[in-house]
Amino acid sequence: MADAAITVEGARKTFGGKHALDGLDLTVTRGTVHGVLGPNGAGKTTLVRILSTLLRPDAGRVEVAGHDVVREAYAVRLRIGLLGQHAALDEELGGRQNLELFGRLHHLGARRARARADELLERFELSGTGPKAVKQYSGGMRRRLDLAASLITEPEVLFLDEPTTGLDPRGRAEVWDSVRSLVGGGTTVLLTTQYLEEADQLADRICLVDAGRVVADGTADTLKAAIGGDRIDVVLRDAGQLGAAVALLPVAKDAVTVDTDRRLLSAPVIDRMAALTGVVRALEEAGIEAEDIALRRPTLDEVFLRLTGHDDRTTEAA
Amino acid sequence: MSSTAYALTDSWTMTRRELARWGRRPAAVVVNLVFPVMLLLMFGYLVGGGRGVSGDYLDFLVPGMLALTMAFGLEGTMIAVTQDLDKGVIDRFRSMPMANGAVLVGRSAADMLQSALGLTVLLGVAAALGWRPQGGPDGFLGAVGLLLLFRFAMLWIGIHLALIAGKPELVQAVQILVWPVGFLSNAFAAPESMPDWLGTVVEWNPMSQTATAVRDLFGSPGGEPGHVWAAVVWPLALLAVFFPLAVRRFSRLSR
Ligand SMILES: Nc1ncnc2c1ncn2[C@@H]1O[C@H](COP(=O)(O)OP(=O)(O)OP(=O)(O)O)[C@@H](O)[C@H]1O
Ligand SMILES: [Mg+2]
Repeated sequence: MADAAITVEGARKTFGGKHALDGLDLTVTRGTVHGVLGPNGAGKTTLVRILSTLLRPDAGRVEVAGHDVVREAYAVRLRIGLLGQHAALDEELGGRQNLELFGRLHHLGARRARARADELLERFELSGTGPKAVKQYSGGMRRRLDLAASLITEPEVLFLDEPTTGLDPRGRAEVWDSVRSLVGGGTTVLLTTQYLEEADQLADRICLVDAGRVVADGTADTLKAAIGGDRIDVVLRDAGQLGAAVALLPVAKDAVTVDTDRRLLSAPVIDRMAALTGVVRALEEAGIEAEDIALRRPTLDEVFLRLTGHDDRTTEAA
Repeated sequence: MSSTAYALTDSWTMTRRELARWGRRPAAVVVNLVFPVMLLLMFGYLVGGGRGVSGDYLDFLVPGMLALTMAFGLEGTMIAVTQDLDKGVIDRFRSMPMANGAVLVGRSAADMLQSALGLTVLLGVAAALGWRPQGGPDGFLGAVGLLLLFRFAMLWIGIHLALIAGKPELVQAVQILVWPVGFLSNAFAAPESMPDWLGTVVEWNPMSQTATAVRDLFGSPGGEPGHVWAAVVWPLALLAVFFPLAVRRFSRLSR
C-alpha cells in the first residue's frame, strides 16, 4: 500500500522454541495512531523491537517508512523514533547531556544538537532539571526525557512501547497530550498498551494481539461493539438468590456470567442508565438484597475471552 | 559527509560521552587511579620484599604493578558495558542512524585513555618514591607500549565477557576470577620461589609475560631478554580470538 507507514506480513520470531510472534500481520496508514493492545507476553515488545531494527524477524516481510527493516536498517533508523518499554537513557548524565549526545549521534552537529536539546527540554517541561543526573529523576520525568530523546529528528514513524505503564494519572495525561500534539504534526505512531482506555483515547485503529498474532483489528468503536460495550455488575448479599436474580437482568440468560464465590452477576448492557435503574427496581420488587451495583467498561480479560474464545492470559511476573 | 567521516565523528561523540560520565563521578575516577598506588605502597612497604627477588624490590614491583593495573582494567570495561546493556541505552544507540562500530570504539578509546592515565599516575608515584627505569627512552616507550597492548587485549576480553554476562550482577563472578589471575602472576614474587606447578602456571600467565618484558625494558630485576616477543604475541593472540568474538556478539544482539 502506497500510504502505509508500516507493513508487517507474516512476521515470526521464536525464542528457544517459544513463538513470540507467530505470523503477525499489520498495516498502519501514514499519519495515524495505531494501538496494539495485548496482555503480558503477547509479543508487543518483540514487534516493536523488530520494527525499530533492534531484532531480526525469523521470517516475514517488515517495512517501515517504505524500507525493509533487515536489508535497509540504516534507512529505517533515519526515519524512526523509539520509546522502549524501559527508559533508554544514560542515567549518569543530565537531561541536556543526554539529548545533546543523541542529537550529535543523529549528526545534527554541535550547535544544532544543543539548540534542539534546549527546545525539547522546554517542550517537555524539563528545563528546570539543570545538571541533575537522570538517575535522580522521577518516573514521569524520566519517561518525558525518554520521549524527548525519541523525537530528536521529528521522526516519520514513532514507536511507543507501553508509554504510560508505571506512571501516575498526571504523568499519563502528560504523555497522552504529547502524543496527540505529535500526531497533529503528521507523525505516524504505533503504540502498545495493556490498557483498553489508552488505546481508546489515542488510537485511530486498534489491533488486539494474543500469543504473537492479531486476533482482532478495527476502530475503537467497532471493537467495542464486538465485545458488547458496557457491563453491569451486581453483588448479592445471599448467594442462594443468584439464580432468581439472573432472570431479572435485561439480557438473555446465557449472556450473564455468574461467580458464586463472589456472589457476583455480570452482564453486558446497551443503555447504561436504563439498565441501572431497571435492575435496581427489579431487585427491589423481587425482594433481593444487593450489596453493590456498578456499571463499568469491559476489562481486557473479557475482551480476550470474547475474541479468542479462551481465557489464556498468562500473567507472567515482569 | 562520507561514512568514514561519520564513523569518526560518532566514535568521538561516544568517547566524549565517557569523558562526560567521568565528570559526573570524579570520586570514582580518583579511587580507580589511587587503588593501584595503594597496592604499590602496601606491597612495597608493608608486606615487604618479594620472595626470590634479587635486587631492589621496588624495581621488581613497579613493572608488576603496572601490568596488574592493566589486567584490572578488565573489570572497569565489563562494568561499563553491562551497565549500558542493562540501562537499555545501547538499544537506543542501536536504533539510531549512527556508525555501527562507534559504541565499541568509543568504549575502547575511553578505557584506553583511563588506563594511560592510570599508568602515568603510577609511574609518577613510583618516581617520587625514588624508582628510576634503567632502559633509556626507547626501553621506556617500548614498555609503555607493551603495557597498553596488554590492556587493549584485556579490553576486548572484557567487552566479550560483558556481552555474554549481560547483567551487572554477573560481573562480580568475573571479578572473583580476575583477582586470582592477577595474583597468580609474577607481579609480586618471582616464580622460582614458588612450588613447581604454581611457578609453571604463573610463568604461562600472559600478564607475567608482559611484566617480565617490561622489567627487561626497564632494566629491572626479574627481567629476561627475549621476553618482549612473548609480550607482543600473547596479547595479539588474545585479540585475534576475542576481538572478532566481541564484534560478533555485539552484532548478534539483534538475534
Ligand atoms: N529475549 C528473549 N528471550 C527469550 N524469550 C523472550 C525474549 N523476548 C521475549 N521473549 C518471550 O516472548 C514472548 C513475548 O514477549 P514480549 O516481551 O514481546 O511480550 P509483551 O507483549 O511485550 O509483554 P509485556 O506486556 O509483559 O511487556 C514472551 O513469552 C517472552 O517471554
Ligand atoms: Mg513488552
